[in-house]
Amino acid sequence: MHKKQDIPPKLATWLLHRFLRDDLAEDVSGDLEERFSTLQEDRSNLRAQLDYWYQVLAYIRPFAIRKHSQQPPLYRAMYKNYFTTSLRAMKKNKLHAAINIAGLSVGMTVAIIIGLWIKDELSYEKHFANYDRIGRVLQHVTTNGQVDTWWSVPWPLADELRKKYGDNFTHVVLTTDAENAVVAYQDKRLMQSGIFAEPDFGELFTLSMLHGSRDALKDVSSVLISQSLALTYFADSNPVGKIMTINTTMTVHVAGVYRDIPEQSEFNGVHFIAPWQLLYNESGWIKNMYEPWRPNPFSLYVGLAANRDVNAVSAIIKDAKLKNLSAELAKKKPALFIHPMNEWHLYSRFKGGYQVGGLITYVWLFAMIGVFVVLMACMNFMNLSTARSEKRAKEVGIRKTIGSYRSQLIQQFFSESVLTVLMAFILALLVVQLSLPAFNLVAGKRAQLPWGDATLWLYAVGFCVLIGLIAGSYPAVYLSSITPLKALKGGFRASKGSAWARKIMVVTQFTVSVTMIIGTAVVFRQIQHAKNRPIGYETDGLILVQTNSNEFHKHIDAIRNELQQVRVIVDVAEASSPTTESWSSTSVIKWNGKDPDLSIDFSNLGVSANYGKAIGWEIAQGRDFNRDILSDSNAFIVNETAANHMGFAAPVGETVYWYDEPMKVIGVVKDIVSNSPFEPVKPTFYFIERNAGGFALFRIDPDQPVQQALHAIERVYKKYNPEKPFTFRFVDEAYAQKFGNEERIGKLAVIFTSLAIFISCLGIFGLSSFIAEQRTKEIGIRKVHGATVFQVWKMVSADFIMLVIIACCIAVPVAYMLTSEWVSRYSYHISVSWLIPVTAAIAILTITLITVSWHTVQAARMNPVKSLRAE
Amino acid sequence: MIETRLGDFEEAILLVAGILGDQAYALKITEEFKRQTGREVSIGAVHSTLDRLEQKGFVKSALGESTAVRGGKRKRIFTITALGKRVLKDAMDFRLSLWKQYPLLAGKLNFS
Repeated sequence: MHKKQDIPPKLATWLLHRFLRDDLAEDVSGDLEERFSTLQEDRSNLRAQLDYWYQVLAYIRPFAIRKHSQQPPLYRAMYKNYFTTSLRAMKKNKLHAAINIAGLSVGMTVAIIIGLWIKDELSYEKHFANYDRIGRVLQHVTTNGQVDTWWSVPWPLADELRKKYGDNFTHVVLTTDAENAVVAYQDKRLMQSGIFAEPDFGELFTLSMLHGSRDALKDVSSVLISQSLALTYFADSNPVGKIMTINTTMTVHVAGVYRDIPEQSEFNGVHFIAPWQLLYNESGWIKNMYEPWRPNPFSLYVGLAANRDVNAVSAIIKDAKLKNLSAELAKKKPALFIHPMNEWHLYSRFKGGYQVGGLITYVWLFAMIGVFVVLMACMNFMNLSTARSEKRAKEVGIRKTIGSYRSQLIQQFFSESVLTVLMAFILALLVVQLSLPAFNLVAGKRAQLPWGDATLWLYAVGFCVLIGLIAGSYPAVYLSSITPLKALKGGFRASKGSAWARKIMVVTQFTVSVTMIIGTAVVFRQIQHAKNRPIGYETDGLILVQTNSNEFHKHIDAIRNELQQVRVIVDVAEASSPTTESWSSTSVIKWNGKDPDLSIDFSNLGVSANYGKAIGWEIAQGRDFNRDILSDSNAFIVNETAANHMGFAAPVGETVYWYDEPMKVIGVVKDIVSNSPFEPVKPTFYFIERNAGGFALFRIDPDQPVQQALHAIERVYKKYNPEKPFTFRFVDEAYAQKFGNEERIGKLAVIFTSLAIFISCLGIFGLSSFIAEQRTKEIGIRKVHGATVFQVWKMVSADFIMLVIIACCIAVPVAYMLTSEWVSRYSYHISVSWLIPVTAAIAILTITLITVSWHTVQAARMNPVKSLRAE
Repeated sequence: MIETRLGDFEEAILLVAGILGDQAYALKITEEFKRQTGREVSIGAVHSTLDRLEQKGFVKSALGESTAVRGGKRKRIFTITALGKRVLKDAMDFRLSLWKQYPLLAGKLNFS
């Protein structure tokens, strides 16, 4: 009957079975085959083939196509079943489920918190409408033989830029740095932080006004105040037109109220903006400047004109300052450039005239930590899944025997892992919500979970499902493929490959952990190192008061006497800047034998004669100031660094010229750390300031309770100085703040490192329980043959210890490189010794051993009769 | 033909299936339809109609014998149900009554 061996086109048959309803499969394919062979007999083979195709395609009709929508109840039941079995699997293996969920949720918590932190860091200055057009003019200057970057500029530069380079800018705005001033309205006098700015400030930074106009600063007697300042002084009434005074002498009327500048801004905390012209008119020092281009006390902000590029404009204005300098000042070779607003916060470190990052380093660092921690948690999940796969194999075998499709098994495993991940995610959200306040405290942030951001949630859930799919991929894909026969015979063993993958993951986890431990240890050593640095004076019981007034200066002796008599203070002195900072520097210092090409900046500090005694500095050579020796008003005390720079064999008695005025060096004082405790001390000289210093330093009598002493000081202070509010700082606290950034990083690093270690340990904890279980019989046999508990324990633990040792071998060089690089950015730094990595390695080995031993010891102690009988 | 819930093509297929009796499976019906009408339709189209008729309850189907030429696969035999027969008859009666009222032809037709 069959003359030809031709069968219907295979492709068409395949296609037919792809779409055809299952219940129609038999009769339809029968019909088509019958027709095919009839046609083949009667006509030609080709004709039959073509017809077959036509018939198949003609079957693509709604009625014949397999419908998924017909089965929803069945599917729902199936998913319900997956859900139930997943829950049952978790219940059965409580330990594994707990490890999985705990590990994952810790990982996610870290990721979410780091995500929030990064989001906050990236949001700086973004709320300004002209965000991408604003820049600040900075200068690279060559001083003490190296290129430094200065954030401030001389005041005539603003006009220079406006007049000669005006077409590059929409606005050029000169401002002072934010500084505290006494702001008074009627009887209310408080210290408020604010700036003096040129009129365009409001326009450039698009201040959002509640009352009045942001343009009002053109009027010299006006002031713009922040919403919170308005609330403090005027409660709810409209303050526009009210008369206030700044630093008692400047009388201004409120011309507008602006919304507080957000926290994520350099200008956060600026509560009043007064006209720069007012400062110029009122304070003689700007007007009467001997060399206006010499001092660099102001900030300069610009708005770039349309179509102007930051780099191009930077190149154009590069020499705008240099052209106006005397030959002597030109030695510093100031090169101006524009620092765009989008780099203010994250890219603000300059070294040798180049930008070298800044906070962005930490953003990357933490982002990497976040990614690693999540990866580690995922690895745990995968590891435990693969480890358990040998047990699950039987389940798969039985399911398959009963008639489960492979696709159903895949779905089951995936739904199990996705369910676990989602549970972990919910737990993580809870933990984040609870721990955010603590985190914010440590990180100095006000981060919050964005509950209302729908897209973010979409991403988060998508991310969870992705993790679930990745983590569940091994059991889903591999395990579902095994034949039931193999699985049920009990001979199923996870492939060699999966054991390797497991080992690699453990090594990766511990490499990350060890690296983080070393990194954290180095951060802390570095902070401690800087804290232990001799700072040159006594901070305990020293309080700093910003006086800013002649009244205090006039009455300082009376105040001292009155407070000394009641034994409240030991001494009180005056200075022109806080002890913890140095505000003024000068390069107009000459001495015999000075290299004429050298330009050195000396920090200088005007003090009262008893300053050194009050702060407790240490004289290394010569003597301290003495108020009874008249010639001391033309004398310098220099610090050791300055003495070294000058290169005198015996500095005491030498003469130094300051603006051509001869000053006699009467003493050398040990270096006082006044700037960053991580940087070298600057060459500094001290001289007796006859005028008001601006800052008072009280040394409280150590026998006095601090609170009472403060009250007494305030009372006496107010008596002689009724115009000024009494605000003070403890010098030791102010000094401690210098470590703020590093300490924050250190604390965060500790938290993240401990969590990373926790996750790694969870992982090996789970793995060791599994290995111990798997090797029960082996251990039993070994014990029957005389192995001791210790030997068995050693044998089982050794595998893990090996992995951790490998991890240490990888981590130590990596961590060494990373930390050396980090440490080297501080001039005053530790050298990363071999002790830290070794300690870290020993610590992690100990932790591993303890973790693993929990199960291995149990396994080793088990009665071999029990373990061998089991079957 | 809303009244009888039976389409033109459906009616033809139903009749052909009736004619074929125990050999009424999709392929045979298609071939018979072509023989009777000269119109070429695909098996799928016929099957689709049969499926619709079955949903309406005019036919029922069952898997029958298999032959070698079909690769050992069984046929799906469609049989007209009682409801199907009544619907066919209704359709015919309806047409007849219409024809009888048709002015030109009224009384001149003999269908018996």
